[in-house]
Amino acid sequence: MPEKKTITIALAGNPNSGKTTIFNNLTGTRQKVGNWPGVTVEKKEGLIQKFGYDLKIVDLPGTYSLTPYSIEEIVARDFVLEESPDVIIDIIDASNLERSLYLATQLREIDCRVLFALNMADLASSHGTKIDAGKLSDLLDVPVVFTVGNRNEGMDNLIKEAIKLAESSPDTSNNRNVKYSKDIENAISKIQELIERKAAEKVNYKSRWTAIKLLENDKIVKERFADKAGIPGQEILKETEVLRKYLLSTFDEDSEIVMTDDRYGFIAGIIKEVQTTTVKQRVDVSRNIDLVLTNRFIGFPIFIFFIWAMFQITFNLGAYPMDWIDSGVALLSSYAGSILPESLFKDLLINGIIGGVGSVIVFLPNILILFFCIALLEDTGYMARAAFIMDKIMHLIGLHGKSFIPMLMGFGCNVPAIMATRTLESEKDRILTILITPFMSCSAKLPVYIVLAGTFFAAKAGNVIFSLYLLGILISIISGRLFRSTLLKGIDAPFVMELPPYRIPMLRSLMIHMWDRSKMFLRRMGGVILIGSVIVWALSAFPRNVEYSRDYSSEIKQADESFNIKIAVADEKDKEILKTEKIAAVSEMEKLMSAEKTEKSYMGRIGKWISPVFEPIGIDWRGSVSLLTGFFAKEIVVSTLGVLYSTEGSDDKDALTNALKSSEMTNLSALSMMVFVLLYLPCLATIATIRKETASFKWTVFSIIYSTSVAWVASFCVFQGGKLLGLQ
Amino acid sequence: MLLSELKEGETGIIVRVGGNGALRRRILEMGIVKGTKIYIDKYAPLKDPLELIVKNYHISLRVEEAAQITVEKVQQQD
Repeated sequence: MPEKKTITIALAGNPNSGKTTIFNNLTGTRQKVGNWPGVTVEKKEGLIQKFGYDLKIVDLPGTYSLTPYSIEEIVARDFVLEESPDVIIDIIDASNLERSLYLATQLREIDCRVLFALNMADLASSHGTKIDAGKLSDLLDVPVVFTVGNRNEGMDNLIKEAIKLAESSPDTSNNRNVKYSKDIENAISKIQELIERKAAEKVNYKSRWTAIKLLENDKIVKERFADKAGIPGQEILKETEVLRKYLLSTFDEDSEIVMTDDRYGFIAGIIKEVQTTTVKQRVDVSRNIDLVLTNRFIGFPIFIFFIWAMFQITFNLGAYPMDWIDSGVALLSSYAGSILPESLFKDLLINGIIGGVGSVIVFLPNILILFFCIALLEDTGYMARAAFIMDKIMHLIGLHGKSFIPMLMGFGCNVPAIMATRTLESEKDRILTILITPFMSCSAKLPVYIVLAGTFFAAKAGNVIFSLYLLGILISIISGRLFRSTLLKGIDAPFVMELPPYRIPMLRSLMIHMWDRSKMFLRRMGGVILIGSVIVWALSAFPRNVEYSRDYSSEIKQADESFNIKIAVADEKDKEILKTEKIAAVSEMEKLMSAEKTEKSYMGRIGKWISPVFEPIGIDWRGSVSLLTGFFAKEIVVSTLGVLYSTEGSDDKDALTNALKSSEMTNLSALSMMVFVLLYLPCLATIATIRKETASFKWTVFSIIYSTSVAWVASFCVFQGGKLLGLQ
Repeated sequence: MLLSELKEGETGIIVRVGGNGALRRRILEMGIVKGTKIYIDKYAPLKDPLELIVKNYHISLRVEEAAQITVEKVQQQD
């Protein structure tokens, strides 16, 4: 047995080149999904054993180029430069050879070991495009392997070639590079010579590549070069500036533009030699589908239908397993309740841990289904079409067409909605979308509206609730525009988007996609939610020994005894009535007791303490306590109100309504409270997701503070404005 | 004329890609370079963005972006 050696293989390629499929084929379910350090670009890797080697396969983000304009490109390039994988497999979509070669020539320039996987050549040839792989391999001095990703063909060959390449001696004579225009080549040689003479030992990148990047005015390379090369580096940079100015005057264009042109010129030459196109009158299925799906008249209705269907499936179909999980959690906590002795630990376990984690794990079915749907939209190619038809509208808020899906999902639940922002390529778009999505009124807020609007606006409740939804949308649009012109300034992400051909999705890839995301949700969210639940529980469970204003237990005892005496002397008929009365009296007392307990818990004290903040917006201390508990999950606002108005557990459905009606709450303060619930800080699960998806503490805190301030100001306007208008 | 002035079903040859910075570079990198044939497949239902066919694949640009690209209209030969 030869000694085992770990070979790192990186997969590079354009988006939609079939890279993910090949990665899935190679690694199967042995994948590890995480994020690239510091950014939210997904990093996938898998460890496999093959032909006596340990292979580490890393899936680089799909990019069209390696110029560092997007995070994906920076991530991909840095991996190639800094981690120096043993082999890079560049997956080339055979039906898109010309554009694919752009990335290929850049990889070639870095001078790493590259292998081409010519993917889906069968499809290309059936469309009339034949590629001479031998010639391509010769011209670029790169081994070429044929693969058909979706039929799992050519994978072993690919691995074999990769191992062979990794074991070969590094080739030093690389003369199959792009040849740029004469003036550019001269400038490159000059810089290259300077680097080799003055800074060679300090800079670990290849000198020609460094020279090219400096001439292209590549910010990242320039910074690193200046860092490493010291004073001679400064001289070289100055010299480069001079050369760039000279080239600008010669070509009347920046060097990097001329060089891009030159690369495509070089590629055009290769294409002419290796690709033959027999013009066949072919039926383009994709275009025929698009005639319908992006049709001027029915494009939108179809889009709306798909979104509607996705929404229905996610939240309605998801409601069944949600119920099962819910009852499972309830069963678990009642089981724990029955076997454990009364103790603080029992309370923590049942109300803190099981209750808290249980309230989050119920989202799992939603997340599974939603990500399945999103994977379906992406893998078929429809997502790009959805962005295509929605872009005009989203662009008004300064967003990309793709932001539409997460924002819409926000009406259901913000957790999967924010996770769905992963489909956005630009980080700014992603953060902006994450910041404004929580204003979409999520389904957990609906019970609050139903109770409050139902109580105070009766017949007009529907209109009030509808207006709240509109207000949420309006605030998110205003916020979007505001952020775009302030915090997240900069040019909108250009809408240079490929519309890939429609493909039949592979179930396996859909399942992997869905499972990856959900696993991440379970694992990472578990920790945060667990801690958060315990904190919230502790705040409402402590202090244990509340000093009650009345001696409830002896009063309960007294009532109990006095009823027992009455029952003892009463006749048969009255006994039953008295028994019911006894139960009612005792439970009344117990409710008062639990209301006082909540009032005096830390949560209640905090609520009372901050209630001056809520006074100007017409919310009393009960309201503020329930809003605080709503941080845990929005629907809890209702149950806390129930506890505080001592109606919890009442059989009378209208108990809370009656209690609210007889309280000091007015129509105006109820409206103000609903507006506040609509806009204020997202729930714990959402905050954890925001933290996770923005990978930034700063943005998370900002989101909390911003939404809460907006909520307060909006409620203030409603309440004080309403008062000025003489409303009640 | 500008790429955004072509109508659905018309073809142009790219004369110059204007604009600046990242966007321009990005457009060029996607293969929309001087001398390339570009076909207007369709406009989105709201007239923006538009779908183009270039180098045998479909790409979408916003109208404002397409307005940075100068083309020469190719007369249809059927």
